[in-house]
Amino acid sequence: MSSTLPANEAPFGLSGSSAGKGQQRSMINPPPVQSVRMGPLADRLFGWAAKAAALLTLGLLIGILLSLIVGAWPAIHKYGLGFLTRSVWDPVQDDYGGLVMIYGTLATSFIALLIAVPVSFGIALFLTELSPAWLKRPLGTAIELLAAVPSIVYGMWGLLVFGPILATYVQQPLQSLFSGVPVLGALVSGPPVGIGILSAGIILAIMIIPFIASVMRDVFEVTPPLLKESAYGLGSTTWEVVFKVVLPYTKAGVIGGIMLGLGRALGETMAVTFVIGNMNQFNSLSLFEAANSITSALANEFAEAAGGLHQAALIYLGLVLFFITFVVLSLSKILLARLQKNEGAKS
Amino acid sequence: MTMSFKMALIGLAGFAAVSAGAQEVTGAGASFPAPLYAKWASDFNKATGVKINYQSVGSGAGIKQIQAKTVDFGASDAPLKDDELAKSGLLQFPTVIGGVIPVVNVKGIAPGQLKLNGQVLGDIYLGKITKWNDAAIKALNPTLALPDAAIAPVRRADGSGTSFIFTNYLSKVNAEWKAKVGEGTAVNWPTGAGGKGNEGVAAFVGRLPNSIGYVEYAYVKQNKMTYAQMQNAAGSFVSPDDTAFKAAAAGADWAKSFYQILTNQPGKDSWPITGATFILMHKSQDKPAQAAATLKFFEWAYKSGDKTAEDLDYVPMPGAVKSAIEKAWGDIKDTSGKAVAYK
Repeated sequence: MSSTLPANEAPFGLSGSSAGKGQQRSMINPPPVQSVRMGPLADRLFGWAAKAAALLTLGLLIGILLSLIVGAWPAIHKYGLGFLTRSVWDPVQDDYGGLVMIYGTLATSFIALLIAVPVSFGIALFLTELSPAWLKRPLGTAIELLAAVPSIVYGMWGLLVFGPILATYVQQPLQSLFSGVPVLGALVSGPPVGIGILSAGIILAIMIIPFIASVMRDVFEVTPPLLKESAYGLGSTTWEVVFKVVLPYTKAGVIGGIMLGLGRALGETMAVTFVIGNMNQFNSLSLFEAANSITSALANEFAEAAGGLHQAALIYLGLVLFFITFVVLSLSKILLARLQKNEGAKS
Repeated sequence: MTMSFKMALIGLAGFAAVSAGAQEVTGAGASFPAPLYAKWASDFNKATGVKINYQSVGSGAGIKQIQAKTVDFGASDAPLKDDELAKSGLLQFPTVIGGVIPVVNVKGIAPGQLKLNGQVLGDIYLGKITKWNDAAIKALNPTLALPDAAIAPVRRADGSGTSFIFTNYLSKVNAEWKAKVGEGTAVNWPTGAGGKGNEGVAAFVGRLPNSIGYVEYAYVKQNKMTYAQMQNAAGSFVSPDDTAFKAAAAGADWAKSFYQILTNQPGKDSWPITGATFILMHKSQDKPAQAAATLKFFEWAYKSGDKTAEDLDYVPMPGAVKSAIEKAWGDIKDTSGKAVAYK
């Protein structure tokens, strides 16, 4: 449309095709109303489209929630909330409870975060503050590439390579070290197989490190150099700059990154299925004992589940996972809000 | 996860609907015979030009899809009982036989050396026998040097027809198993690590010293795994091979019903953990042309597909059973009550 206007007027011509010759003089100092009057219909259409897209997401979310509730209804009706605290899972007797899977999901995700957060923090810190310039780019790319590895590859690797290493070099020494010690001994008991809660947690940690690390790096990088250099100028050490300037400035982003990683860890399926052992037991809380997670149970049993209570119980588990994710997300929002509220008080 | 699963289901359903509209036959179900059905389908396509589209989605999903009539035939590793069939108006017939084989990874034990029976196998999976040098195992293997090591049982984590055949066998031969665990595609396993799929169990057993697992025959043969001999109902020890599976199939009374689970069959050559895989079709067909094409496919498969089946380590049905099946196809009728003509 700007081609219809004289070349020297092009910058202003962009603001509207209805701008006639007579109006062009006033366009040099255009009244604000005129610049938004372009294509009222198109504007409205765009507005509707955007609104529809937003509502569609909301509708999808509600639709999924409703279909989960409908699908899970036989199980909800039979067990109620007691489902969450029952540790039985017996398809033959048609008797189900979700405690083992819920525990497995939470425990593996917790272990994953426990490992991934400090490591990711270190990676991001190194990349933004310490790394020599020539290493920054290849290292950053390598970490992002890790995020592109399909989860089944992590699963196979965990089962075939990592599991045996963990069993031979970690579990067995720990077992001989702690044999007879009451709590610690129980925590590392179990067959030296190298699969279970701990392996699943470690594999998950490896999988979410790239996500958390790259988000952290990106937010660390947006810290204004002015702030950092001022702190350095006042004689701060790198440690002090990171903890007193960079982290407070970027905490929203850092928490966002951690939540992104946690979300992925909660929902990860294939890799966990391979290394968690898929055992519905609650007799031993050992880190090395085979366990089960919600996603793993769904992946393994859904295809073969007969209709009725078995399927309903699996969908109920899906609903529980949905709820856990929702709670995690809400908690992170609340945490962020509280942090923001205290913003002024601290500095 | 659930969302993507739903989308996959919707996608599958949509796909099935589209392909049923075109001149194609669609089936869905068991993953155990999927490689064979795929090969049969491509051979059949070359021979006749009719396209068979088989989706390996699992037996449970296959049964659901045939009940919902989204596919022309369903496939299941575990047969439906006669009353369940009657309720959904389905006809069921077996296609091929397969065996489930206990495999072990114990240092110094070669394939076929270890001898087990159902009682001992059940006790191992119940967690009652925990050491390889347990008296019960030693009694069956007096000459074998068995280590003083803990047994690591491995089983399927996913619901599967293989597990169904295995647990069905254990329920028949081990009373405690029957009372405590029972049979099913997925059960409440008292012990053991779960591998996903036959390949998962094979991988576990392959790398875990002193482990025991169970896989389908093809995996034993292709991966040269250390299988165990089993004591059958007649009391003799047999090694798993085609003849042992065939002997088990021959012992069943197919004339009465195709609901036959071939575990613990009589006959001194029978492999005790044998099972057939089944096809499900509606008896009353509102799309007789599709039904005719489906029946043509299986008629062709019974006639010319045996060699392919054997190449892929499945065991074809005995001839007598095949003719009984073709007789049963007379029950598949269009809505006016006329038998679907497929010849």
